[in-house]
Amino acid sequence: MPTYSLKINGTEQQLEADPAMPLLWVLRDMLGMVGTKFGCGIGQCGACTIHVDGQPMRACSIPASALVGRDITTIEGLASDTNLTALQQAWIDLDVPQCGYCQSGQLMSAAALLESKPNPSDDDIDAAMAGNYCRCGTYVRIRQAIHQAAASKTAMFYDATEKNQEDLV
Amino acid sequence: MSLHNDNKNLIETVAEKVEQQQLAESSSDGFSRRGFLKVTGIAGGGLVLAMTMPSIPSFAQTSNDLESTIELNAFVRVGSDGKIQIYAAHPDIGQGVKTALPMIVAEELGVKWEDVDVLMAPIDDRFGRQGVGGSTAIPRNFQLLREMGASAREMFIGAAADAMNVPRDELKAENSRVVHSSGKSMSFAELAKLGIQNQPVPDPGTLKFKDRSEYTILGSSDITGIDNYNLVNGNPLFGVDISIPEMKYAAYHKCPSPRGKVVSANLDDIKKLPGITDAFLVEGNGDARLLLDGVAIIGTSTWAVFNAKQQLEVEWDYTTASKDSWTDMVARAEAGQNQLGDQIVKEVGNVDNIFADAANKTIQSHYQYPFISHICLEPMNCTADYRKGENGVDDTVELWPPHQFPARAYEVAEQVFGMKKEQVQINPVTRVGGSFGRRVYGEYISEAIAISKQAGVPVKLTWTREDCMRHDFFRAGGFQTLKAALNPEGKLVAWQNHFVGITVGDRPASGARLRDVEFPMLNLDHVKGTQTTFNIGTPCGPLRAPSANATSFVVQSFIHELALAAGRDHLEFLLEIMGEPRWFEPDNDRSLNTGRAADVIKLAAEKAGWGKTLPAGQGLGLAFHFSHRAHVAEVAHVSVDANKKLKVHKVTVAVDVGPIINMSGARSQIEGSVVDGLSGMVGQKITMENGEVEQTNFHEYPVLRIPATPEIDIHFIESEYPPTGLGEPALPPLVPAVANAIYAANGDRVRHLPLTDQGYSV
Ligand code: FES
Ligand code: FES
Repeated sequence: MPTYSLKINGTEQQLEADPAMPLLWVLRDMLGMVGTKFGCGIGQCGACTIHVDGQPMRACSIPASALVGRDITTIEGLASDTNLTALQQAWIDLDVPQCGYCQSGQLMSAAALLESKPNPSDDDIDAAMAGNYCRCGTYVRIRQAIHQAAASKTAMFYDATEKNQEDLV
Repeated sequence: MSLHNDNKNLIETVAEKVEQQQLAESSSDGFSRRGFLKVTGIAGGGLVLAMTMPSIPSFAQTSNDLESTIELNAFVRVGSDGKIQIYAAHPDIGQGVKTALPMIVAEELGVKWEDVDVLMAPIDDRFGRQGVGGSTAIPRNFQLLREMGASAREMFIGAAADAMNVPRDELKAENSRVVHSSGKSMSFAELAKLGIQNQPVPDPGTLKFKDRSEYTILGSSDITGIDNYNLVNGNPLFGVDISIPEMKYAAYHKCPSPRGKVVSANLDDIKKLPGITDAFLVEGNGDARLLLDGVAIIGTSTWAVFNAKQQLEVEWDYTTASKDSWTDMVARAEAGQNQLGDQIVKEVGNVDNIFADAANKTIQSHYQYPFISHICLEPMNCTADYRKGENGVDDTVELWPPHQFPARAYEVAEQVFGMKKEQVQINPVTRVGGSFGRRVYGEYISEAIAISKQAGVPVKLTWTREDCMRHDFFRAGGFQTLKAALNPEGKLVAWQNHFVGITVGDRPASGARLRDVEFPMLNLDHVKGTQTTFNIGTPCGPLRAPSANATSFVVQSFIHELALAAGRDHLEFLLEIMGEPRWFEPDNDRSLNTGRAADVIKLAAEKAGWGKTLPAGQGLGLAFHFSHRAHVAEVAHVSVDANKKLKVHKVTVAVDVGPIINMSGARSQIEGSVVDGLSGMVGQKITMENGEVEQTNFHEYPVLRIPATPEIDIHFIESEYPPTGLGEPALPPLVPAVANAIYAANGDRVRHLPLTDQGYSV
């Protein structure tokens, strides 16, 4: 069995695995990182969404061996230590999850969206999140939580720069 | 493998029991009332006493947390820091009971929610019935859990009365303290150290409960899901996340036509594939609810076994397999739909005379809805560790079943493997990734047991999405012909329904029968309900709001048709049918109350701006449906363009389920039900030919996504009736509300679902 190394949530992981094995199953069955979920296996549900170099991808549909040298982020790496991102906090505050099974994937898609569009419109949210199915129908709150996280991020940024306001104008 | 087949005398299978229970719980007929009384009879007496008696010495769990806490009753423990531990004894399948039920205990106890730790309860008789279904978790447990909270509270009050040397009735518990009328107070933490375990357990009959006006926890919007932090961090919570020492991964492959028998498979080739450690045939017992024949594949990863599954070549014997064809079912039903059924469900007055009267206007319509699938996002799975006993010791099995009734695994183990309860250890799983009535059957548990037993290793069995979609217990499709008469004043005077339903193995499929209490049959002087059934081989079962999820569409769409035929406003026409406020079934306070119905109908209409003028191509649709003891009315606001592209802008929902326990959770259930109802009606349809289900994964079974999600505007009437559940009842009215709104928008009456079959898209 070939060995290779993957950089996951900032840590290099040595693996001995079939090169064809999708990242999803490397994470879940070999590394015990089970936050990334299996829903369909064919790229249709988004439960397995992770980031590769910051881009959202479906871990069920990419062989792990193709990701050597890339930066992989999973739901377990979204928060730094116990500091939740604004998005995770909004998810808790607005009580988004029902069963919760899809939510790792939802959060990863939403996090990538906010990276590229810090203040997304409803259309941006529709476009970025349409690949993530929620069987329980938490979409109303997902939308609210993304807006809330975007607002709190902007607010944080604004606060931090407030003391420089005079210089700016 | 050997199967325990001498259980023919166990007449009721697990699944049948569950189904009966669900039917009983979801319906409001006399049968269910007897069942309810029986349960409350126990809960009001012996059960509660058993639950309030501390049983520390016999308690099996031994984590540090538990060692340092004192048990006050089955559900409540207190730590020396005053933190209260409350057991969540019911599976959280996304309906929020793991948060809502402990809130009931906490409220009566007088503890601050921040001081509560919710613990997962083991599967143990001392917690009573640890199952969920039929939107009954709240109504079944509300009183019981109040008693648990109040009982523990009285022990704190007793300890405080002793310590402060004041009479009990001058004390009350609030914010994790016992407060004296003088203002002096002691914290739960202080009291926990003063021998609270020596306080007498109060007699349940003496317990007093808070008035709603005193609630600080119940009804709160601020209390959010107990597992949210773990969920947003991706921590292991689900059955599919379980890992145990020596565990191997398993897949199971069954005949695509249910109940086909396995003859042979290319096992030698499969065993040579990378990561595969074993493969073998499993002999089932022909019961889809217990164990069907199949091929088991064991390996070192889920991917290895899924991959190998695709390379299986199996010879099946189709003699006993389902031969069902959806096309044939439709043809058969349509051929008979203008006749009446051979089974008379209800007959009052004489509908034929009323229909024959030329002064009356008679209308008839055929409605049809397809089979649909549960598609829980967490696939069916179960982890099993079967150990052969040595030296005359019995075999044992340890299980982790994601299930609505985890303790059913005892019955499955007995019925399929002849194991006694003592041989079976069932572990609760922290969360279940959706269920919707799917996880009431035990076949995936049996499969895991059978595989672990035969392979001699612990296994985690995971189904592929294709397995989940093809080997479901579907919501049965159905065909209903309604006929009604309006008198010259435009009043509904006669109602007839011919229901073409389904039986499986000669038992009616869940929801596939006409109920004699179906609205509005009890409200009219001339009624006839008849039924025809045909037997099929496709497994069917309860799906969120069984019966109501389809019948609402038929009945509430047809009422709209009648209002239009009478030239009357739908709202006014519907309220007239409701009539005077009363229980629909006399003396059954679990039945429809026409006053509560009228109130939610009026509220939904008012909030949605019923009667307002809308631009061309837009419409409002109204519907009410009573199910699971809940009164729910919804108004949908839609646009439909010339290409039948549908946009549901907004759904206004008015609900009376009594007082709300967890406001955030209650709203979530309604939001989810609206999305679920819409998802189902838009494009979902399971078809089968030669017994084989034709849809395999989400690309062939469309699900509603975020762009098509409407705004959802929710209003509660928090009446004084006892609180009831919300996991299901907001789904049924959605379907006819949207269908009626489509008519209002473009004049097209939708009588067949899904909408995509009628040329619609979203
Ligand atoms: S599991 Fe990857 S998209 Fe569904
Ligand atoms: S919360 Fe259950 S699938 Fe999304």
